[in-house]
Amino acid sequence: MASEEHSVAPPKMPRVGLFVTCLVDLFRPSIGFAAVKLLEDAGCSVVVPSAQTCCGQPAYNSGDRKDARGVARTVLRAFRGLDYVVAPSGSCAGMIREHYPKLFAGEPEEAEAEALASRTWELISFLADVMKVERVECHWPARATYHDSCSGLRELGIRQQPRQLLGSVEGLELVEMAEAEVCCGFGGTFCVKYPEISDSIVSKKAENIENSGAELLMAGDLGCLMNMAGKLQRRGSRVEVRHVAEVLAGQQEEPAIGEPAKQVAK
Amino acid sequence: MSSRKAILGAIRHSLGRQRGDGAEQAVEARLRTHDRNLVPQRGCLEGEALLSLFSSQAERVDATVERVATDAEVPEAVAEYLKRNNLPPRVRMAPHPDIQALPWAEKAPLLEVAEGRADPQDLVSVTPAFAAVAETGTLVLHSGPQTPTTLNFLPENHVVVVRASQVVGAYEEVWDRLRAANPAALPRTVNMITGPSRTGDIEQRLELGAHGPRRLHIVLIAEEGDS
Amino acid sequence: MQSTSHAFKQNAHRALHDPMLQKAMGHVRSGFIDKRVQAAARLPEFDQLRDQAKAIKDHTLAHLDHYLERYEAKVLEMGGKVHWCATAEEAREAVLSICRSLDARTVTKGKSMLSEEIALNEHLEANGIEPVETDLGEYIIQLRKEPPSHIIAPAVHVNKEQVEADFRRVHKNLPPERSLSEAAQLVDEARQVLRQRYLEADVGITGANFLIAETGTSVIVTNEGNGDLTQTLPKAHIVVASLEKVVPTLEDCATILRVLARSATGQEFSSYTTFSTGPRRPEDPDGPEEYHVILLDNGRSSMLGTEFQDMLRCIRCGACMNHCPVYHAVGGHSYGWVYPGPMGAVLTPSLIGVEEAGHLPNASTFCGRCEAVCPMRIPLPKMMRHWREREFEQHQAPAKARLAIEAWAFVAKRPRLYRWATSLLIGALGRAGRRRGRFRELPLAGGWTAHRDFPAPSGRSFQARWAEQQRRGRASR
Repeated sequence: MASEEHSVAPPKMPRVGLFVTCLVDLFRPSIGFAAVKLLEDAGCSVVVPSAQTCCGQPAYNSGDRKDARGVARTVLRAFRGLDYVVAPSGSCAGMIREHYPKLFAGEPEEAEAEALASRTWELISFLADVMKVERVECHWPARATYHDSCSGLRELGIRQQPRQLLGSVEGLELVEMAEAEVCCGFGGTFCVKYPEISDSIVSKKAENIENSGAELLMAGDLGCLMNMAGKLQRRGSRVEVRHVAEVLAGQQEEPAIGEPAKQVAK
Repeated sequence: MSSRKAILGAIRHSLGRQRGDGAEQAVEARLRTHDRNLVPQRGCLEGEALLSLFSSQAERVDATVERVATDAEVPEAVAEYLKRNNLPPRVRMAPHPDIQALPWAEKAPLLEVAEGRADPQDLVSVTPAFAAVAETGTLVLHSGPQTPTTLNFLPENHVVVVRASQVVGAYEEVWDRLRAANPAALPRTVNMITGPSRTGDIEQRLELGAHGPRRLHIVLIAEEGDS
Repeated sequence: MQSTSHAFKQNAHRALHDPMLQKAMGHVRSGFIDKRVQAAARLPEFDQLRDQAKAIKDHTLAHLDHYLERYEAKVLEMGGKVHWCATAEEAREAVLSICRSLDARTVTKGKSMLSEEIALNEHLEANGIEPVETDLGEYIIQLRKEPPSHIIAPAVHVNKEQVEADFRRVHKNLPPERSLSEAAQLVDEARQVLRQRYLEADVGITGANFLIAETGTSVIVTNEGNGDLTQTLPKAHIVVASLEKVVPTLEDCATILRVLARSATGQEFSSYTTFSTGPRRPEDPDGPEEYHVILLDNGRSSMLGTEFQDMLRCIRCGACMNHCPVYHAVGGHSYGWVYPGPMGAVLTPSLIGVEEAGHLPNASTFCGRCEAVCPMRIPLPKMMRHWREREFEQHQAPAKARLAIEAWAFVAKRPRLYRWATSLLIGALGRAGRRRGRFRELPLAGGWTAHRDFPAPSGRSFQARWAEQQRRGRASR
């Protein structure tokens, strides 16, 4: 699995480029700030290259390799000269780690893509496996459950790391839902190409979440979170939905996904 | 062009096959040496551990296993088995010397014994096994003049007599024994039987006795410490 | 079989609104997954065996021409016949002519997906020969005039009550007052009815899980014993097999067998694994007098040497569909042809064309569970993506989706444009969604909002806020 390949000790204060991901950038900036806090608390120096956009996955998974490469080049360019690249998303980190080398196979940027892949990490696994973070200092009293997003789980082997760190959150009681490792039905463009099927899958997921008795749902990918939050809210559920980084960073003042801000004008 | 030629030609084209590329020799060698791949640890036991793995694995898949110490105890064990299961004292047995040599008349005088291939009316068959495999509790039987295949499938109850010396750890040992016993060719049919017939085709729930035997009873001839 | 793969969306819509089907699909979710996990856990070498199984098939496919020749030579030596068939039509004809040569009126059949692929039953019926399916699941769907919906559990979409109704409808000579409410009673009745059919049949047709080049042997793996009665009792045994079924040796077969049942049903070994080599020997008291192998290509040889070659490693265990959320949601019939689920999503376009089956490789979330459980380590999502690439290259992808992707890529390739355009978009969305925090309806996002709310963005991007913070100094954060 991913975690063993890069077990070289990190530099004292590694320079980490935060790949915010387009969804977090546009829909949920608080996840980006949570990532910055967690990385800095772990002893990293964080930079956010402003020339970043998207990892190219929508094009790649739609069969459009040319455009996928075009978008991926922006990532290659934006993240040069950093010790690590970290994304608060298993899906986008998986895209760079697992798929960029294939996407650029035989292209001039092949070596650069491989180098980028080898220093790119999903946030939580980076904290646990590279920075050896074992606990966080925060208090969040809630009964919570964690959904394993597919790419993080199956491409990057992220399973224990978030549970371990969440276990150190004071007051947080972690309960496992049934079928936590089953897809939520988001699937990127899948959810708009096959909305009915996606709905059937996310409905089962919502039932499992509700049946777990949790009042807080967490996952490591905003796409999945928006999908599950949207379904739970449509069902009238009161389960709050947040990114795992937001919980680990103790961002309680932020409204949960899909909830209005407490004071409207800021 | 014949389909045979067209298909082989298409395969060679797709694979970019070239004369003298060594492919044929590689195939030749693999078939000749038929090397073993990884054999699981559990297939490498010996002695009592081997026999008890065989028994426990067979029981896990709903076979019943009865251990007897000598050949002479087999007829009684079979007669008792029929009684326990409310079956009439009548069996169809394989015309195999190992089975024929058992003291049926002496030890189970009330048992009616017929020989030959199975009739649709037969309720119980008694057959020998060629081998038994501990790793999954599997019996290996094969066709031949002394071992009709119909006995393994038509009757509702199948009693198989196995000697401790026939129990091996892994499938690979069966292949070696089969090759040694049948150097020219495999028998027409080799049956690996693991528990009685079953189906999950109705709502994925297990039911025994779909088309083959409902019950599989294994009589294992092994003295304590025998293997 | 006539494909309805092009109508996948409509098929899926029907399936999603079919309460009986949805109830039945619950049995797939509960029936297979835990058992597989337990079987794998009981064998510490399971993953190593998967690697070896993959290597065996890779080696065989790379030498397929030679293995097929060796296999054929051995079958002939043992007194069997091999019928090479390039197409489904040739295969149907070959079976028919064997049946005719024996004046066959009924044939019994063991479960064979290849027989579905070549639409054998319809052909035999059209020519006055009655095919009788003997696998319980196949028998049920034959009564219902339906195709299988799963490659190892063909009637998984049918509930017990439906089977009872079918049996009462068809088994008219049995007493109407009999009880059939329990699964065991249904199994018993099928056993009785089919027992007679085995004895009457002139020909028995089975598929093959493996063909062994070393010995000229065909192998079937079953649980019911129906395949054995099918191939033992009639005069002739016809094996219908596609050419990628060949493996080199008995040892290689054993290795793959160790992963097959564990992956399929979670059994350590299926009840019956049967090796058949030629017809009965002169001294044998039973067994078929003739042994024929229909060796079918039907498009497979052209998958070799392409990005789809890995698919030919498939051993038809069904693990991919047992673990597929899309399959669970829509069932096997929605896929519209013989092979459903992830393996079908890759194989079907290869066999009937991506023009007809283009939906199938698209209807996946790429969750990757299929690849994770595949005993042969077939990279199913990767191959579905290959199909999407072909569709995109050949302009078969829907124009609207294509335009959306290209527009997004155009923006995402230009960071400044991206920042400007997205700030306008989320600014507007943020203002509109501020009060409720989410939308119940959203223009151009009807696919999403028909079923779930859409979380509103807060209105300013992370990057914009970050840049502002950097300007103001980080103290104010």
